[in-house]
Amino acid sequence: MATLEIRDLHVTVEVENGTKEILKGVDLTVKQGETHAIMGPNGSGKSTLAYSLAGHPKYTITGGTVTLDGEDVLEMSVDERARAGLFLAMQYPVEVPGVSVSNFLRTSATAIRGEAPKLRTWVKEVREAMERLNMDPAFAERNVNEGFSGGEKKRHEILQLELLKPKIAVLDETDSGLDVDALRVVSEGVNRVRESGEVGTLLITHYTRILRYIKPDHVHVFSGGRIVESGGAELADKLEEEGYEAYTKGGASA
Amino acid sequence: MAEAQNIPVGSTTTGSIAVAAESTVATRMSAPPSFDVTDFPVPHGREEEWRFTPLERLRGLHDGTAVADGNGVKVDIQAPEGVVVEAVGRDDARLGKAGIPVDRVAAQAYSAFEKASVVTVPKETVLTEPIRIAVHGEGGTAFGHQVIELGAFAEAVVVIDHTGDAVLAANVDYLLGDGAKLTVVCVQDWDDKAVHVAQHNALVGRDASFKSVVVTFGGDVVRLHPRVRYAGPGGEAELFGLYFTDQGQHQEHRLLVDHNVPHCKSNAVYKGALQGDDAHAVWIGDVLIEAAAEGTDTYEMNRNLVLTDGARVDSVPNLEIETGEIVGAGHASATGRFDDEQLFYLMARGIPEHDARRLVVRGFFAELVQQIGLPDIEERLIAKIEEELEAAVA
Repeated sequence: MATLEIRDLHVTVEVENGTKEILKGVDLTVKQGETHAIMGPNGSGKSTLAYSLAGHPKYTITGGTVTLDGEDVLEMSVDERARAGLFLAMQYPVEVPGVSVSNFLRTSATAIRGEAPKLRTWVKEVREAMERLNMDPAFAERNVNEGFSGGEKKRHEILQLELLKPKIAVLDETDSGLDVDALRVVSEGVNRVRESGEVGTLLITHYTRILRYIKPDHVHVFSGGRIVESGGAELADKLEEEGYEAYTKGGASA
Repeated sequence: MAEAQNIPVGSTTTGSIAVAAESTVATRMSAPPSFDVTDFPVPHGREEEWRFTPLERLRGLHDGTAVADGNGVKVDIQAPEGVVVEAVGRDDARLGKAGIPVDRVAAQAYSAFEKASVVTVPKETVLTEPIRIAVHGEGGTAFGHQVIELGAFAEAVVVIDHTGDAVLAANVDYLLGDGAKLTVVCVQDWDDKAVHVAQHNALVGRDASFKSVVVTFGGDVVRLHPRVRYAGPGGEAELFGLYFTDQGQHQEHRLLVDHNVPHCKSNAVYKGALQGDDAHAVWIGDVLIEAAAEGTDTYEMNRNLVLTDGARVDSVPNLEIETGEIVGAGHASATGRFDDEQLFYLMARGIPEHDARRLVVRGFFAELVQQIGLPDIEERLIAKIEEELEAAVA
C-alpha cells in the first residue's frame, strides 16, 4: 500500500528582506485509500506544503524528510515525483500557450504510464472522463488553461487526476472560486478517484464547504507552518462553527 | 486590436493604427526609393529603418566597403519543363519592375550586381513540381538580383534555399500576371557567420494570389524586407514567416504591404522563437491602405516565444489607413515567455524538462506550419525546429 510520509518538514522561501521560514516541522502520514483534509487560515503555509511536495523551485527544504513508499521524494526532480505517483491539483493552474489540452494530456499520460496509451482506447477514455466532468469536447482543442474560466481550470485539473491515477493526490484549494454546481461536479470527480481505493488524498482547503461533498477520514488544522490539531471529520464541524480564531491567537501553539 | 502580453524585460512591443492624410512610412525613411546607392546616405544607426540593426556586423554592406569577390554564392536553379531560366545583363527591362530599393543596402545590391537571374513561367502554365533555387554561400561576398515572373494564370511553387556562409545583399522580384498563383518558400538556413540582407518585391496582378513563406534559422545577421504592392484589384497576398533566433543571432523581418488599389487582401502571420543570450528578433509590419484602396481586407500578426533569459524581441506593427471604406484592418503583436511556472506545471504532470520545451515550441509553430500547404516543406521545418531545440538543450 502506497504511503506518503512527511517528517518534521521545514521549508523556507526567499522574500524581499531575506529568508522566511514557512513550514516549521510538518508531520503527516497519508496512506492509499485515505482522505486527509488540511484546513487552516490564509497564510498558514498550506499551499507551501502542497508546492513543496511537488518540488516547486521557489521553496527550499531546510529540514525533515518526505518519502513515498520509502523512496526519498525530496531527491527527485519535479517530473520524477509525478512519475513516482504524486499529483498536485493546483490552485492556480498555469496557461501554456501553443499546447492543446489533448496533446498535453496524452504527453502527460505517456510520461506517467511509461508508454503511449493506445490511441483508440485513449480517445474513448478522455472523452468519457470529460463527459463525467460536464466538459465540452471542444475543450480538448483549446490551449492548456488559456482563457479558461476558474471552473474550467479546476475541472481540467480533476480531469488530469482521473486520467493519471496517482498514488497520492494533493488538491490545493480545488474548491476556491467555484460556484456550487462546479463544486459538486469537481467533488464528484474527486470521489470517483477515491472510490477506486487506489489513491491517498490530501485535500487542502480554507473552507469546510467542500467537505460536505468529499468526506475526509482525518482533518488537520494547519497554523503557523505546522499541524496544530488532528481529528476525525467532527473536527471540521467544530471549525465550521468556531472558525480558526482559537488557532490563530496562539491558543493551540503549544 | 493591438495586444501585448508578458513582455520580457528589454523588449518592445508597440503597435499603432494611424489615420493619416499621407503615409509616414515613406517620410520616416532616410531617402526616397532609388536604384542608385549614392542616393542614400551611409546609415549611422539612428535612422528609423536601421535603429534595430547592428551595422557593425553587416560586413560593410551598408557603407560601400563590401566588394564582390567572385566567391560569394553559387546559385543552382532546377526548373521543371516549360520554365525559362535566363542570366541577363543589367539593362534587362524586367529588372526592378516589381519595386525599387528602399534602403542603402538594397540599392547597393542593385548598383553592384553583374548578372541577374530571371525565371519565367509562361502564361497559363501550371507547374506540378516546384522550381528549386539553391543559393549556397562559398564564404565570400556577393550582390544578387533574382526575378521570378509568372504570366497570366500561371501557377508555380518556388523554393529558395540559402545555405553555407556568405555576405550577401540581394533584391528578389516577384512579378505576378493577372490571375497568377505563386507560392514562394524562402529558407535562410545559413551557417552561423553568414550576413544576408535582401529586399523582396512582389507586384501582384489583378486577381492574382501571392503566398510567401519566409523561414529564417541561420546566419549571424539576416535582415529581410518583404514588400507587396498590387497591380490591379482582386489581388491577395499571404505572408507567413517563421524564425528561430539563437544565441547571438540577429534576425530582422520588415514587412510592407501597400494597398494601393481597391479590393485586395493581405494577411501576414510571423512567428518566432528565441533562445540564448543576445538572440535578437525584430519584426516590423507596415501596412498602408491608400485613399484609393477601398474594399481592402488586411490583417497582420506577430507572435514571439522567448524560451530563455537574455533574448530580445522588438515587434512593431503599424497600420496606416487613408480611407474608411474598407472590409477590415487589424494587427496584433504579442511576445510571451516560456517561463518557470509553465515548465513546473508540465513537469508536475510527469513530462521531462526537455520534452516540455519541445511540446511548447512545436505547439507554438504548428498552426503556422500547417498553413504552408506543402507537406515536404512542413516536414522539413518541423525537423529543423526539433534540431534547433536539440542544439539548445545540448
